[in-house]
Amino acid sequence: MIRELLTVPRLTGKAWTVWRRNLDVFLKTWRVNLVPPFIEPFLYLIALGFGLGGFVGYIGDVPYIDFIAPAIVAVSIMNSAFFECTYGSYVRMYYGKTFDAIIATPVSIEEVIAGELLWGATRSMIYTSLMLPVLVLFGVVDLPSSLLLIPFAFLGGLLFACIAMCFTAVTPSIDALNYPSFLFITPMLLFSGTFFPITVLPPALQVFAYAVLPLTNVVNICRGLTLTMFSPFMLYNLAWIVIVTGALFLISVNLMKRRLVV
Amino acid sequence: METVIEAIDLVKQFGPFTAVDTISFAVRPGEVFGFLGPNGAGKTTTMKMIQCASPRTSGTLSVFGMDPGTHSHEIKAMIGVVPQETNLDTEFSTFENLMVYSRYFGIPKEVAEERAEKLLDFVQLTEKRDINIEKLSGGMKRRLILARALVNQPKLLILDEPTIGLDPQARHLIWEKLKLLRSLGNTIVLTTHYLEEAERLCDRLVIMNNGTILVQGSPAALVRDHVGGGIVEAEHSPGVVACLLDMGIPYEVAGDRVQVVTDNPGAVARELLAKCDAKQVLTRAATLEDVFLKLTGRVLRE
Repeated sequence: MIRELLTVPRLTGKAWTVWRRNLDVFLKTWRVNLVPPFIEPFLYLIALGFGLGGFVGYIGDVPYIDFIAPAIVAVSIMNSAFFECTYGSYVRMYYGKTFDAIIATPVSIEEVIAGELLWGATRSMIYTSLMLPVLVLFGVVDLPSSLLLIPFAFLGGLLFACIAMCFTAVTPSIDALNYPSFLFITPMLLFSGTFFPITVLPPALQVFAYAVLPLTNVVNICRGLTLTMFSPFMLYNLAWIVIVTGALFLISVNLMKRRLVV
Repeated sequence: METVIEAIDLVKQFGPFTAVDTISFAVRPGEVFGFLGPNGAGKTTTMKMIQCASPRTSGTLSVFGMDPGTHSHEIKAMIGVVPQETNLDTEFSTFENLMVYSRYFGIPKEVAEERAEKLLDFVQLTEKRDINIEKLSGGMKRRLILARALVNQPKLLILDEPTIGLDPQARHLIWEKLKLLRSLGNTIVLTTHYLEEAERLCDRLVIMNNGTILVQGSPAALVRDHVGGGIVEAEHSPGVVACLLDMGIPYEVAGDRVQVVTDNPGAVARELLAKCDAKQVLTRAATLEDVFLKLTGRVLRE
């Protein structure tokens, strides 16, 4: 069973034709796609940064608004890939029968899923690229180190895309996707060192957060980049993300294959 | 090559359920080969195995001499598939749908554009070239799917219920296109539960029921061998039934009608009118529908 789930699929460049299809749809509907990443940082920065930040002041010697700016990026990386590869992929798979249409061509089901995952990651990268100018405008992130957020968003996005695809592969219905959204994504949004430092949590929970919660590791790297405060611990975060992404990539592809090839 | 598709003792099981139960058939180059049967007969499952979408449980299957289990990439490059569901990309225009699909086959853009224009012309959708496909009618969508299945210039076309849910005009247009494709030397495999469709289009067909093939042959031969020349129908009244029993003429009840299969319909009709006092007598040639109902029964399939 474990061996089956970790089987390395045979992939070719055809996976990019699936990625390209999704990019084309995204560009076709760009008006609805491009507005949220501009609006979202405004809302967070004003409500939390200025609103709440006025009471909090500083965390250590970092202004509160600068503290949460990288978290806004991390949460956007998480949300854009996760929702793309849960609800988005499920709609394409189940309602649109898009996967059926594609696998009638020389593209294999493994390549379809790989294309979906790459697309989820790309979406995170696009959103991060669009948010960054807003954050720069507010003067809450450092340059040029923050530019590294863009390539990092692809890796972080791929992580959440793979997590999402595992849920999509086992969900009995589109409604059941609400469970991971509310029971996994929402708690992470709050408890991953996003809006308050993780050090205020009991030590056991801190260990749990860095060992198990993907967003905690993503937030820590984002924060290191926007504040130009590099620490060796970021290498642990990066290694965690790479290893977990690699394993979940294989597992999600094989789970989807099991679901779709009957 | 002697056969395009060859299946020997092909079986497909889903858990304890046997969807396709030891079927054998061969499709020759250039023919239209039909799978006819009620819902749940195993037609679509058979198509899915041929088009490399579903692995077989046992038996042998070869498409262009290759095994779908090991050569799916090569086989899929040579076939065109018209699925039962309409699974076009709803975000794209008619033309864009063909272009995106061409990309999956690795067809260079310029070649794909040229083919897409020709195919739109072929299925009479040139006027709708730049229209979002959500605005197309059901018949237009089916025609676009047919065009999409042709972007890779397939040697074999597989159609699963190609005219399901279409009005007669739209259906005739699809039939016309399929006949044209056949005349160009294409091999076509289709499933249908429309008997008229099978009778008009297929050179040879199999009738499936409960996962097995009941009979195979040309439509005319099947009618001749399994029903005979003509059918006489009359109303199902006690008087008519008693009279038929009295004369020793075998009959079958079909709803509110009785049917007599005979090689001499004229004589039977005269007897019914003269001796049985039948009011509604009708004679007609036997059709594939009679074969179908005789072999698969008159019970409703869900």
